[in-house]
Amino acid sequence: MQLTQRSKNVVNKEMTFMERIYLPAILKGLWTTLKHFFRKSNTVSYPKENRPFAPVYRGWHVLKRDEQGRENCTACGLCAVACPAEAISMVAAEREKGEENLYREEKYAAVYEINMLRCIYCGLCEEACPKEAIFLTDRIVPSDYVRQNFIFGKDMLVEGVEPDKRIDVSKRQKHKTEA
Amino acid sequence: MTALLLFSLGFIIEKATLILVLFLVTLGVAAYATYGERKIAAFFQDRLGPSNAGPWGLLQPIADGVKMFTKEDFIPNQSERWIYILAPGAFIFVALMASAVIPWGTTLTLGGLNWNLQVADVNIGILYVVGLASLGVYGIMLGGWSSNNKFSLYGAIRASSQMISYELAMGLSLIAIVMLSGSLSLRTIIEQQSDVWNIVYQPLGFILFLTCSLAECNRAPFDMAECETELIGGYHTEYSSMKLGFFLFAEYINMFISCTVISCLYFGGYYFPGLDPNWLGGLMGPIILLSKSFFFIFVFMWIRWTLPRFRYDQLMHLGWKSLIPLAILNMLLTGAGILYFGK
Repeated sequence: MQLTQRSKNVVNKEMTFMERIYLPAILKGLWTTLKHFFRKSNTVSYPKENRPFAPVYRGWHVLKRDEQGRENCTACGLCAVACPAEAISMVAAEREKGEENLYREEKYAAVYEINMLRCIYCGLCEEACPKEAIFLTDRIVPSDYVRQNFIFGKDMLVEGVEPDKRIDVSKRQKHKTEA
Repeated sequence: MTALLLFSLGFIIEKATLILVLFLVTLGVAAYATYGERKIAAFFQDRLGPSNAGPWGLLQPIADGVKMFTKEDFIPNQSERWIYILAPGAFIFVALMASAVIPWGTTLTLGGLNWNLQVADVNIGILYVVGLASLGVYGIMLGGWSSNNKFSLYGAIRASSQMISYELAMGLSLIAIVMLSGSLSLRTIIEQQSDVWNIVYQPLGFILFLTCSLAECNRAPFDMAECETELIGGYHTEYSSMKLGFFLFAEYINMFISCTVISCLYFGGYYFPGLDPNWLGGLMGPIILLSKSFFFIFVFMWIRWTLPRFRYDQLMHLGWKSLIPLAILNMLLTGAGILYFGK
């Protein structure tokens, strides 16, 4: 099967004089490298500058709160069902009196854990979620030495209440409504 | 008696200062040649190169030096201990000696004194340089052999056979230059190029000499002595710490010296059309010569990052079957030219 038009037949012929003195080929090669010398480098000096992520990049999950700072998640378990890697587990609990400022609805997730080593970052949890509670963000999961530390609990997943600790997912929400 | 003593004291101070300055300049150029090599290699490969140590990574050679000095100094158990220790020193010593006969400029006027910008005006200067170039193989051979490692030994054997083969062609292409100028003194050779550079008369000789210089410096495409992909590190596989540093450093010194010698022999040394080497109190000469030398260092690196390594037998074929006959032909042509034009 021929895949490209670029293949060349190898012929074991004698080299001509011009080929034998190497110099034309060497000069041609030097010209090629010189063109690269003046070309702009594609390097992104990573810790100093970041390559912009695609708006649909799927990284570290976030559990959203609503405008009043209440957790959206109701521990329905649809994300865990949707998860093909079975990375998500949760324990549901009933909202007590006086906790209305913490949880939006009567039921909430007392424990919500994602095993980041199992997760394949497919985003199906996000698609399954009826409450707009879980989103994948453009944050990269930090590295660690211990596998146990990759089981992210609510402390790693739920966004903060303060406005500056909120995680912006507007790009993904927009993408979702368009789709 | 007093006058003689004063004269000799002044002479010693002048020469000592010159040697010190030359030593520091050579080391500085060699250090920044490593930086230049990495930077240029990066540019040729569409990368950025060292950029974290200082602005544009300019402090990288110092960081490298600190790294080299603080590494564990490892000596293999089965090595020839003293030769093993001696080899890097011998290599860098020979490399540093060659700069003594190079005339860096005419005369420098500084502080009311006239400084002769050549440590030793030996009347067989170019012979001295070639002699040191062939001594350079001792450092490699001793280092490779005393490490008691087969890869080191392979590297050393390859290096010595390569250097000996290419010295022949190098010497033969030099003879054409010597025939043209009628002198072995580098100063005289440069003085005769004040109008027309030797490259005009000796284009073939220049290509031969450049090729042989690459081989003498053990640089790609002739880096048979090291060839990382085949022999790990070649003759310095077993070396670490500053002993390795000496080897690597001496190679860059060798490159700097051979680039300067090429500039002196074929490109008019400290002469440049439209520029007088006596300008700025004589400082113009060294500037011109160093610029030419840096240009050739760039060419050496350019070639290194363009061409793949020769296979060992191809290398020997090229040396013995192409370069030496061509060098003899060049010599004959030069002789015929001198006879015919009566230069």
